[in-house]
Amino acid sequence: MAKKITIEPVTRVEGHGKVTIHLDDNGQVTQSRLHIVEFRGFERFVQGRPYWEAPVLVQRLCGICPVSHHLAAAKALDVIVGAGTGEGLTPTGEKMRRLMHYGQMFQSHALHFFHLVSPDLLFGIDADPAIRNVIGVAQKFPDLAVQGVMMRKYGQEIIKATAGKKIHGTGAIPGGINKHLTEEEKQSFLNGPDPMNIDKMIEWSHAALELFKGYHKENAGLIDSFAAFDSSHLSLVRKDGALDLYHGVLRAVDKDGNKILHDVDYQDYLKYIGEEVRDWSYMKFPYLLEYGKENGWYRVGPLARLNTCDFIPTPLAQKEFEIYKAYTNGKPNNMSMHMHWARLIEILHSAEMMKELLNDPDLLKGDLVTKGEKQSEGVGLIEAPRGTLFHHYEVNKDDQITMANLIVSTTNNNEPMNLAVRKVAEDQMTGQAEITEGMMNACEVAIRAYDPCLSCATHALGKMPLEMSLYDAKGNLVDKKRS
Amino acid sequence: MSIFKKIFGRKSSKPKVVEIEKEEVTVEDKKIIVEEKEIKNKTMSEKIKFTIDGKECLAERGQNVLDAALDNGIYIPYLCHVRGVKQAGSCRVCNVKVAGRTMTACTTPVAPGMEVENNTAELRELRLTIIEALFVEGNHFCPSCEKSGNCELQALAYHYQMMVPRFPYAFPQKKVEADNSKILIDRNRCVLCKRCIRSFKDENGKSYFAFTKRGHKLEISMDKEIAANLTDEKAQEIMDTCPVGALIKKEKGFDEPIGSRKFDKQAIGSDIKSVV
Repeated sequence: MAKKITIEPVTRVEGHGKVTIHLDDNGQVTQSRLHIVEFRGFERFVQGRPYWEAPVLVQRLCGICPVSHHLAAAKALDVIVGAGTGEGLTPTGEKMRRLMHYGQMFQSHALHFFHLVSPDLLFGIDADPAIRNVIGVAQKFPDLAVQGVMMRKYGQEIIKATAGKKIHGTGAIPGGINKHLTEEEKQSFLNGPDPMNIDKMIEWSHAALELFKGYHKENAGLIDSFAAFDSSHLSLVRKDGALDLYHGVLRAVDKDGNKILHDVDYQDYLKYIGEEVRDWSYMKFPYLLEYGKENGWYRVGPLARLNTCDFIPTPLAQKEFEIYKAYTNGKPNNMSMHMHWARLIEILHSAEMMKELLNDPDLLKGDLVTKGEKQSEGVGLIEAPRGTLFHHYEVNKDDQITMANLIVSTTNNNEPMNLAVRKVAEDQMTGQAEITEGMMNACEVAIRAYDPCLSCATHALGKMPLEMSLYDAKGNLVDKKRS
Repeated sequence: MSIFKKIFGRKSSKPKVVEIEKEEVTVEDKKIIVEEKEIKNKTMSEKIKFTIDGKECLAERGQNVLDAALDNGIYIPYLCHVRGVKQAGSCRVCNVKVAGRTMTACTTPVAPGMEVENNTAELRELRLTIIEALFVEGNHFCPSCEKSGNCELQALAYHYQMMVPRFPYAFPQKKVEADNSKILIDRNRCVLCKRCIRSFKDENGKSYFAFTKRGHKLEISMDKEIAANLTDEKAQEIMDTCPVGALIKKEKGFDEPIGSRKFDKQAIGSDIKSVV
């Protein structure tokens, strides 16, 4: 008897999502889809607004990583106000933005790992959801929970000092930044009382990495095979091939590590990337034009970034990068759950970068903004915590936005997330007559490796608002579970 | 006989008599003028006594209740009023109560012995209602507004702890006028207070701004010729005078960091309260 399984809601990705899994008469998975069923419309309602509003307006897309949208929009507008791309800003403008971004990366990754992912690792995917949540972690592993909370707080304080507010600030403006860092703030971040200082953050980042590596050693079978599949990978890299989360050129590699996008200027992204619309989801499917809709899809995010870059320009993270790369013999890593490993290396890198920037005198003084000859179009790319984020704007002679195109990280990962869910469905649900809580969570664990926005509600209070229904071929409900 | 009667009498006299009298009273006239000035000075120096919420206050003769309150260190909230500019009474936020009647403080002259009610539960509720109505009548999206933190409407909403308007949003269709080189007019945010119309005039007394259209379509427009020749300083002055974000100096968005904006530092009206 053919069946259709629906998991709804899968909580938020820019709103709301659900998973449907179709089983044939033999219980084999014939199709699985992650549907994004809410339309946001930012690209439309930003039209007609003056361009300088975009960084502040568009960041409202998200409450977890608004800084990424804020900075990507500001980078696109740098081009429009004639400040150029990346290198065109004043030293203060660029370094303050970088500090903001690494603070964002640090806090978002900490949230992702400690609050959302660690319950699955510490208690197991099949564990009782009443325990498998951040409160459960706080009760059983209080020291770890405190580290997660304080690391996130440190990143948020960096954002506040650079953007004005922890969430939805206004720091980045077209052509630069609107403030300096004060000496008092600098000293507090560098030498504040424990644990709120950068050395403690570096130490804890290391500890989190060791925690994952230890878990991996004991559970290599699960971590290496869970939702693993081959893919291409795309990200920004610095011109010399270094990991750079704020600015660079676009590079993509295939599953074997061969370059398939050769360090191109992202202002020309439309020459290389297309977006496919499918009628069952509001989320588009980007792909590399040269390889077509079928084969041109790619992964973005920590896993992709460590697959595309040649090295990490901070010593401690570089050392960890070498261990990480050695595990796959220098080849690209295609294991979805290794996304967490890569993420923790990026946390360490972000902490090191923050320390380097905080010691830079340019943050305390110097010109904030630069402008040149106005342009009618600009593209801004940044490596957001979840992956490459594209902002593209066109502006008329009266300074109003006439076109906006946003390809957010989760959209770039649309096809990979669908594949990850399918992989899990095939492994967990083939031939099964009944839905279990573990099966439902397994689907979410796969999605969660890519994007916490899908899982924040499920793990926040331990009450997973997830419903899975089993239908026969005629549409009759044969099983329904809600945790 | 009072001086005023004397003056009135002379004015009504026949020309011939006037001529004689003029000749005769020239010296006396000077005395009268001096006497009149003395009385006038005496009158001006004698301030009018009145009360606001039972507190004794003093006002200049002819002064409106709002200005008098501010001079006495008492805050009456307002949106459309600008000191030194002709009052309009258009926003109604400064409503006070005198002898059981509600009236706008900015257009009501102080009278001797007047008892003004200001900070009462009834008036606070009335003002909050007006503020809520202003929010729903326009399209006010504070999160992406350049004036956020410097906006008097937003500051008043905080002052009255407005959580959410009780009325349905009108979501009116309003146009953004962006073709001026220095000033962007965003009618979504305009509360039609007329501050701009009353405050900015050229050397011939011609206003930079005017109301156009009628009824619910009423909107502000700017003289195109004046707009084309605005200096940066004047454009900034215009933006600062607008109580909301309807008049924005172009390319001026968000260059003031959060924490240094006007109402980040001091809640609206709190500076007035410190004046005694």
